Amino acid sequence: MAEPNRESPKGKTVSLFVTCIVDMMYPQTGMSVVTILERLGVKVIFPMAQTCCGQPAFNGGNRREAARVAKQFLRAFDGAEVIVTPSGSCATMVRHEFPTLFAGDSFWGPRAERAASITWEFSEYLVDGLGVTDLGGRLDTPRKVGLHDACHGLRLLKLGRQARALIGGIENAEVSEVPDCDVCCGFGGLFAVKMPDVSGSMLQDKVNSITGSEADVVVTGDASCLTQINGGLARSESAVRCVHLADLLAESLEGQEAPK
Amino acid sequence: MKVESNNFIELASIAIQNTEQQAAVRRGTRNGYLNRLAAFTQFGYEHGQHLRMQAAAAKRRALKSLPDLLEEAEARMTENGITVLWAEDAAEARHHVQEIAARHHVKRIVKSKSMLTEEIELNDVLQGAGLDVVETDLGEYIVQIGGEHPSHIVAPIIHKSKESIRDLMVEKLGMPFTDSSGEMVAFARQRLRPIYLDADMGISGGNFVVAETGTIGLVTNEGNGRLCTSAPRVHVVLVGIEKVVESVEDYALLTQVLPRAGTGQHMTVYTSMINGPRRPDDPDGPEAVYVVLVDNGRSAIYATKYAEVLTCVRCGACQNACPVYRSTGGGAYGWVYGGPIGAVLTPLYVGLENAKPLPYASSLCGACKQVCPVDIDLPRMLLDLRCDMEVRGYGSRVYGVGLWVWSFTQRWPWSYRLAAWAARVGQRIMGRWHPGPIGAWAKYRDVPTFAPKTFHQLWAEREEVMSRK
Repeated sequence: MAEPNRESPKGKTVSLFVTCIVDMMYPQTGMSVVTILERLGVKVIFPMAQTCCGQPAFNGGNRREAARVAKQFLRAFDGAEVIVTPSGSCATMVRHEFPTLFAGDSFWGPRAERAASITWEFSEYLVDGLGVTDLGGRLDTPRKVGLHDACHGLRLLKLGRQARALIGGIENAEVSEVPDCDVCCGFGGLFAVKMPDVSGSMLQDKVNSITGSEADVVVTGDASCLTQINGGLARSESAVRCVHLADLLAESLEGQEAPK
Repeated sequence: MKVESNNFIELASIAIQNTEQQAAVRRGTRNGYLNRLAAFTQFGYEHGQHLRMQAAAAKRRALKSLPDLLEEAEARMTENGITVLWAEDAAEARHHVQEIAARHHVKRIVKSKSMLTEEIELNDVLQGAGLDVVETDLGEYIVQIGGEHPSHIVAPIIHKSKESIRDLMVEKLGMPFTDSSGEMVAFARQRLRPIYLDADMGISGGNFVVAETGTIGLVTNEGNGRLCTSAPRVHVVLVGIEKVVESVEDYALLTQVLPRAGTGQHMTVYTSMINGPRRPDDPDGPEAVYVVLVDNGRSAIYATKYAEVLTCVRCGACQNACPVYRSTGGGAYGWVYGGPIGAVLTPLYVGLENAKPLPYASSLCGACKQVCPVDIDLPRMLLDLRCDMEVRGYGSRVYGVGLWVWSFTQRWPWSYRLAAWAARVGQRIMGRWHPGPIGAWAKYRDVPTFAPKTFHQLWAEREEVMSRK
């Protein structure tokens, strides 16, 4: 279910929050988002002063450092009409944690509230925000597409149905559910390096679910889960890979004519 | 029980190597999870959510007026002929039980399942005093003969395979070799039956205390609870002070929710409401009933931002849902309670300094809150505990410095660009050398590479091309 009473983002300029991990490791995913949004006639700008949302510090229990980083986010996106990000986890940080992080702060508090109210996760923006599910995409060969429902998006933003609808809108793509698609992949930020054996065991369960499924490719909305899952799939010598939803959508649009 | 929670990481690593235990825990938790899901969605998703929200409201209401409700419960129970005793800590609770045993010349005790008695290490003390104590819940019985501790709140031997239970029963009880779990259960039943009848005292926990009627609510599945609470001369209930609820109506609601969450049942096989000792016209029942209301750290939690954790009904659903628990089992948490609820309760009960890894024993995936029948925000509490760790200076210094350096790079665009450049160049120089945290990562996964150009750079190039057009 979409969160009620969110102001419609239709017709507004999108400020892209690409996230630090996409910025440094998967910049093409950011470009995929831009391609898709511009194809839909949305004006996209990229505030160059952006860094990270501060979640690593926040989840580490260090709210002072988290707030310092979050302030840079708020400075970078000051004046934004709509913020779109290809990450359920980072969107959750802005939407759910920024307001509490700056609660009682007369300067940053209202800015945090404002950022929270205009931030959308990518699939949520397309489906709930713009009301689009069919982008007119087509894959060259038929593929069964599994999903990994990344935890924060799934449980705090109620994501899941949006990505499925968008995949359903691609010709030659068929949603093929992976068992336990709603179970954590074991990434958890610092958790993965703080408790590597536990994280590795959780990852192995996820890899087993994927390799035991019929999916040719697994789509997720978070680059961090993608890094974890692909690291595990590569290690287990599986040919299946996890891709970001934006990249699958962008791939399906290559060579397709833009809608008028 | 010695607190070993500071060894969580090591204990977890050992548990993960134990493939037989891994298989048992995964199977058990998965079944529990799916059964819960089926029970809560049988009448539709919305119905299940309404049940959860009503249950949460009932428990939170009770928590809010806890002091008053406890007094009301004491008054009603006393009117019902129950002797009510208060215990501030584990030692006082144990002392009460020992005194009651002495007063009634008790030699043999049967116990129904109770996590609180694990918390206060009751068995050790009673056995040390020369009393015979027999656990009668089948799982707890196996735990007792194996000299172990329960690894799950409602399924104490979830970590054991059928075969290992069989071998234990053959070794310790002289059971004839069998592959049939039915025969194993029948053997245990035959073995336990005369023990109930010989027992002088029964000890049980309590799932709920109904304030308005002074009733102890007990939900069980094996019938052992009824035998323990009605066959022996004396019945002692040990119950945490947080178990009190306002009304019979709330009790009726909660007895629908607890079994659904714990085992996927609509109701447990036995749902008992114990109101006091045997009355003159009763055909059976104990001569004396005692209720020991145990604090043991609960009122200290009541005064903190973690008070809501006291609404826990001990169903074990969060353990079944937790991917960390599924990987490690309950033993790794190093105290009575494992899983997400244990990761929150243990530091609060035994002190953060004695359970430092537990707030971090979670990927913060949120599955625990999602399945909690009273909607306790366990992920939020884990985050708050991590904050407490930092504030009290218990956090790892290495990570603290690392985090500060990281935060520094994220606070300004220039430092961010510098860090992105350094990361890329650093990775190229280090090649396949993976020190520290990168090594921890590389143990189970391939290490991702930084892109040749950041999105920032790609965007700047694009802007330049577009401005030339």
